[in-house]
Amino acid sequence: MSESLHTEHAASHGSVKSYMIGFLLSVVLTVIPFWLVMAHVLPKGLTLVTIFLFAIVQVLVHLKYFLHLDFSTDGRWNTLSFIFTMLVIVMLVGLSIWIIFSANALMM
Amino acid sequence: MFGKLTLDAIPFHEPILLFTFAAVALGGLVVVAGLTYFRKWGYLWTEWLTSVDHKKIGVMYITVAIVMLLRGFADAIMMRSQQALATGGAAGYLPPEHYDQIFTAHGTIMIIFMAMPFMIGLMNIAVPLQIGARDVAFPFLNSLSFWLFVSGVILINLSLFVGEFGRTGWVAYPPLSGIAYSPGVGVDYYIWALQLSGIGTTLTGINFLVTVFKMRAPGMKLMQMPIFTWTCTFANILIAASFPILTAALGLLTLDRYLDFHFFTNEAGGNAMMYINLFWAWGHPEVYILVLPAFGVFSEVISTFTGKRLFGYAAMVWASAAITVLGFVVWLHHFFTMGSGANVNAFFGIATMIISIPTGVKLFNWLFTMYRGRLRFTTPVLWTIGFMVTFSIGGMTGVLLAVPGADFVLHNSLFLIAHFHNTIIGGAVFGYLAGFVFWFPKAFGFTLNEKWGKAAFWFWCSGFYVAFMPLYVLGFMGMTRRLNHTDNPEWTPWLYVAFVGAVLILCGILCQLIQLYVSIRDRKQNLDLTGDPWNGHTLEWSTSSPPPFYNFAQLPTVHDIDSFTDMKEKGIAYQRPEKYTAIHMPKNTSAGVFMGGFATVMGFALIWHIWWLAAVGLLGLFASLLSRAFDNDVDYYVQPDEIERIETAHLAHIKQA
Repeated sequence: MSESLHTEHAASHGSVKSYMIGFLLSVVLTVIPFWLVMAHVLPKGLTLVTIFLFAIVQVLVHLKYFLHLDFSTDGRWNTLSFIFTMLVIVMLVGLSIWIIFSANALMM
Repeated sequence: MFGKLTLDAIPFHEPILLFTFAAVALGGLVVVAGLTYFRKWGYLWTEWLTSVDHKKIGVMYITVAIVMLLRGFADAIMMRSQQALATGGAAGYLPPEHYDQIFTAHGTIMIIFMAMPFMIGLMNIAVPLQIGARDVAFPFLNSLSFWLFVSGVILINLSLFVGEFGRTGWVAYPPLSGIAYSPGVGVDYYIWALQLSGIGTTLTGINFLVTVFKMRAPGMKLMQMPIFTWTCTFANILIAASFPILTAALGLLTLDRYLDFHFFTNEAGGNAMMYINLFWAWGHPEVYILVLPAFGVFSEVISTFTGKRLFGYAAMVWASAAITVLGFVVWLHHFFTMGSGANVNAFFGIATMIISIPTGVKLFNWLFTMYRGRLRFTTPVLWTIGFMVTFSIGGMTGVLLAVPGADFVLHNSLFLIAHFHNTIIGGAVFGYLAGFVFWFPKAFGFTLNEKWGKAAFWFWCSGFYVAFMPLYVLGFMGMTRRLNHTDNPEWTPWLYVAFVGAVLILCGILCQLIQLYVSIRDRKQNLDLTGDPWNGHTLEWSTSSPPPFYNFAQLPTVHDIDSFTDMKEKGIAYQRPEKYTAIHMPKNTSAGVFMGGFATVMGFALIWHIWWLAAVGLLGLFASLLSRAFDNDVDYYVQPDEIERIETAHLAHIKQA
């Protein structure tokens, strides 16, 4: 299709710099939890919580630097549809697990 | 060689089916003969079947939907007459194995093959015009969606004459729909008809989402989109998010039936409850997919015919958004009785009740739009007012059913049947029929006869109440759904009344057919020369009726929600641009027809276990796709002189009118 049918929005594809920042952050966010686990720095429960938090930050870093989700005018709709999709998946999967486990507990 | 298919699959022993087959064959012959006699095959092929024009695809969707409405209604009146006859211990005229197929086909057809295509057809006709676009984002994909839907239609109708249809109810719950309890081909017909058309629907949803996000006319902000476009957009979000669940659920059921998997069986670790859960995780968003666009139609109709702006446009959009999100957290109310705990039921019960709040907001918006307006009582307005009364009742019985304790009493009773017909007929179908009358002049260039349209409304509306209010009563009396014959004298009078209601609805449908006939006969007197027969608000009325294939000679610039009203007030409507520029348009393609055809062959072969033929179908499908993908000759430019000729004729019509 051509420009006469569409108004094209050029989505951001990032730069070498943004990819490098993302890469370095990812490395740091991977190495720290790895070291925490290997060197037994913290007690087990605290380690679990910490690496879980690092994982969440890691996901956000990937979304921002590799998938280019942001709240600029061009990128807003990508981000909103991503959030909506996550919301629906979390609701559907989460509630389904609750439903089936509850039924299972009562009926099996 | 032919798998399970033998001559025994043709139901020679069923007089009803033989008679139907004769009638269908005769009708088909008349159509074929007519097309040949008037030499219209080429016209049909080049102008319609291979068209990628969203308006023509929309018309074809609605044509098929009306045919399927007749089929689904035939099933309905057979069920009502069977239940009216087979009461007090009588057997009636439909044996259980036939009756079970009828109620299964009725539900499947009315939801998937009548309501969905009607909605998608209206969306096809109106949405690109409303946002000032020249077509949808992916015109070929639109044609493919339509033909995948048609292959589903062909399969479900074929089941009438070759083999059988499912006897499971339209939800096809395992283990009944599993291979152990349904060894025949009925459930396979169900699976493949739904699977193929469901994939088409998913593609439509994505196509229209891209269209409204990327192809709005210059200046049109999202919060300036016409309300029908908004509600369709929310429906499309629901389609894109929920139809894959149906595809997956049917896929798992297919593995169970074909390859001896045990997802939903009673043995080997399977659990049928997971199917019920998946089915309704799609099924509940599905009912909002059906009803949200209808809400959009009512909004357009009521603001057009009161001559006012829609009251609470932003509230309307946000209410639709709330319904869209909440639509994903209520599905368990379809199986409160499955045996999940009280906490689960309470959560879903409350979520269900909450959804009535945004719906109530909409109702008040419509009422406030009418307040102090000059309402013109045309047919679409009658449907709208009929909807507002009827749907309110349906909504209230829905809130009643949302109370888990009440649901344990009413589950699977005729009260439930009455409730969802109350919302689907009184909500979705009334909306589509209003939209049909409203946009008919836009699609065909002449208005429909008002007298027969109003008669149709009154028969439909009164028929609805006479047919379904007794079902509420019967539900309270303990009558469950899908009964073939009954023996309770207290039910008998109510069943008779319900049958009378079905006959009244039949009169309504007949009035609509007469309306079509009369309107086409008298089309010269009812021509819509301006393209704006109702003094409309939105962009679709700014172009001619029917619109030129490129929709807009020059893309309109939008400054207002009611952008055409805005143009008329500023006196800049119907302006002739200084110079026409060439317009880039997609070419017609037969790829969609072939892909739909091969999909039908594949589906039929899979149903009957004719593996070589299934391979042929699949290969043909891929070959057509590849040949289309490598075809570079898919577009062209409409030249300015042709545009000028068409536009000059249209402007002359406007002066004349």
